[in-house]
Amino acid sequence: MSDIIIRIDNVSKQFAGGAKAVDSVAVDIERGEFFSLLGPSGCGKTTLLRMIAGFEFPTEGEIYIDGQPSSLIPSYKRPTNMVFQSYAIFPHLNVFDNIAFGLRKAGLSSKELSRRVDEALAMIKLSGFGKRRGDQLSGGQRQRVALARALVKRPKVLLLDEPLGALDKKLREEMQIELRQLQKQVGITFVFVTHDQEEALSMSDRIAVMSRGDVLQIAGPKELYEAPNCVEVATFIGSINLINATVKSVSSSEAMLEGPGFGSFTAQTIEGIKAGDKIFAAVRPEKLSLTISKPSSGAYVEGMIKASAYLGDRSHHQVFIKGREEPVAVAAQNEERAMSAGFDASKPVYVTWNPKSLILLKS
Amino acid sequence: MSKPIRQAKRMGDAGAGLTVFAVAYLLFLYVPVLFLPIFSFNDSIFIAFPLRGFTTKWYEQMFADQDMLDALAASLKVGAIVAVISTILGVLGAKAVTRYRMPGQGAVTSLIMLPLFIPEIILGISLLILINGFQISLSLITVGIGHVMLCTPFAMAVLTSRLDGFDRSLEEASMDLGESPWMTFWRVTFPLAAPGIVSSLLLTFIVSFDEFLLSFFLAGLQPTLPVYFWSQLRFPAKLPGVLSLGALILISSCILVFFAEWVRQLGTTGERKVGVA
Repeated sequence: MSDIIIRIDNVSKQFAGGAKAVDSVAVDIERGEFFSLLGPSGCGKTTLLRMIAGFEFPTEGEIYIDGQPSSLIPSYKRPTNMVFQSYAIFPHLNVFDNIAFGLRKAGLSSKELSRRVDEALAMIKLSGFGKRRGDQLSGGQRQRVALARALVKRPKVLLLDEPLGALDKKLREEMQIELRQLQKQVGITFVFVTHDQEEALSMSDRIAVMSRGDVLQIAGPKELYEAPNCVEVATFIGSINLINATVKSVSSSEAMLEGPGFGSFTAQTIEGIKAGDKIFAAVRPEKLSLTISKPSSGAYVEGMIKASAYLGDRSHHQVFIKGREEPVAVAAQNEERAMSAGFDASKPVYVTWNPKSLILLKS
Repeated sequence: MSKPIRQAKRMGDAGAGLTVFAVAYLLFLYVPVLFLPIFSFNDSIFIAFPLRGFTTKWYEQMFADQDMLDALAASLKVGAIVAVISTILGVLGAKAVTRYRMPGQGAVTSLIMLPLFIPEIILGISLLILINGFQISLSLITVGIGHVMLCTPFAMAVLTSRLDGFDRSLEEASMDLGESPWMTFWRVTFPLAAPGIVSSLLLTFIVSFDEFLLSFFLAGLQPTLPVYFWSQLRFPAKLPGVLSLGALILISSCILVFFAEWVRQLGTTGERKVGVA
C-alpha cells in the first residue's frame, strides 16, 4: 500500500430537501500526487472538494486527512488550503496582506513573515507586486496570488476548485503547465476540480471521473482515454464512435461481433461476455483511417462522406455507413501539405481500423 | 429632410420637455425648504413676504433658548444610540439572511421589513398601549425603543444589499486560511461591510432624528426636537428661532446624506472592479 494522504471512505452527502450530491464515494489520494476530480457540473465534484476543505460535512462516511478522521475538525483547523473558483482575493487588502493573511496567526516575526511572503511572490513571478490592490491585478495575476496565499501556509493538501475556468484559452494553457511544474516543485498533493477533460488529462497523475454523485473510474489519463471502463466515461473523455454490437462467439483472446452497418468484425475480448450478449464496441475517431481504394485485407467498412471539417493539423470527417443511423466520426492527421479539396463526397470511401483499437464496453 | 435627422429633432423636443419637467419637479421639491434659511435671516417676526431686512438675531435667540437646546440634545442622543443599536441588529439580521438558509426565511425577512410599511400612527398607538400595559413611564428610553423598531428595517435593507454584494467565498477563504468564524467577521466581513455600516448609521440616525409621530406618542417630559418644534408653533414669537435651527439641521442633514451616499458608492464601485470578469 502506498502512502495515502486523503482517504474518502464511503462518503455520502445529502443536502436538506435535495438529492444526494455525493453517493458512497470511496477514493484514496496518494501523497504528492496531482489528483483531479473530473465531471460535468452537478456531478458532486465540488461538493466532495468542499467536504475535504471542511465547508461541508458528509452525511455518511468519513474523510481521513493524513490518517486523522476529519468530521469534527472545522475548516480553519485543517491542514488543507484552497484556491477558490472566484479566487476570493480580499479586496480590502493589498497583495502582500492577502498572502500574509493566513500567516498572521503563526506568530512569525515580521522579518520572517516578509521573507515568506516575498518567497511566495517570487514563486508566482510577481515580485514587487506586494503593494498592489486586488483590483489592480489581471485575472491571471489574481489566480497566482490565490495560489501563493494558499501555498504559503504549506498545507499537506492543496485544493483547487476550477481555478482556470475564468481565464482565456491561451492563459489557461500556460497556467496548466505552470501549475503542474509548481506542484512538482513544492511536492504538495494537489486535488484539482475541473469539468474540462483536456485540462484533467494534461495535468493529472490520476483522475476520478464523476457523474451524478458517483465515481465511475479512477485511473491515469492514458488509461482513462484508451481503456475507459464504461460508456459514460468513454463518451465524456474525448469523442468516440459507439457501435451497438451483438456477441457472436468468444475465444480466449478474441470476440466475434456483429453490428448494424459494420457486419461481422473482431475485437480483443473482455471478461464476462458470452455469445448473444448485447454490448458496445467503441472506437476513437483518430484510430480510424479513410482510404478511397478498397482495402484488400484487414477490417474495413464502406461509406460516403457526409461532411468534412478542416482544422489545420487534422480534418474531421462524418462518414455515413449503410445500415447505421449515426455517421461515423473519423479524425485524420493532415500529414502532407496539400491544397486539394480532399475527399470526393460523391464517391465511396473505406473506413479502416486495427481490431486492437476497439474497446468493448458492457451496456 | 432625411429621416434620421427628423428623428433626432423629435428626440430633442422630447428632451426639452423632460428638462422643463425635471426643473419644475426639483423646484417643487426644494423651494419650500429654501424658505427656511431665507426667513431665518429675515428681520421680522412674521413669516411673510416682502422680506424686511437681514438679521442674525434669531440665531442668537436660538442659542439662548435652553429648552430648545435640551430638545436638540435629546434628539442627538436618541438618534446616536438608536443608530448604533439598529445598525448592530441590521448587521446580525443581514448576515443571517444572506449567509444561511433556514426554514421560513422569506417570512422572517418580510416580518423584519414590515415596520417600513405599517403607518407610524398605528405603531405609535400600539407601542403606547403596550408600554402603558407594562407600566413603564414614558421617557427618551421609550422613544428610543420605538425608533429602534422603525430604524432596524432601514439598516437591514442597506446592509443586506451590501452583504449580498460581496463574494461569500471571501469568508470561506478566511476560514480556510485558519481564521475562526469570529476572527473572520472582524478581518473580512466587517471591513468589507464597513461602507454599508457607515451609511446605515447615518441613515438610521437621520430617520430617528426627524421622526415625529412615534416621539410624540412615546416621549415623556423631555421632548425630542421635532416634538418641541411642534409645540412651539403656537407661539409666534418663537417661530423664527425654530426656523434658524431648522435651517441649520437642514444643512447638516444634506451634508450627512450626501456623505452617506458617497461612502456607499465608494464601496460598491470598488467591489465591482474586484469581481471576476
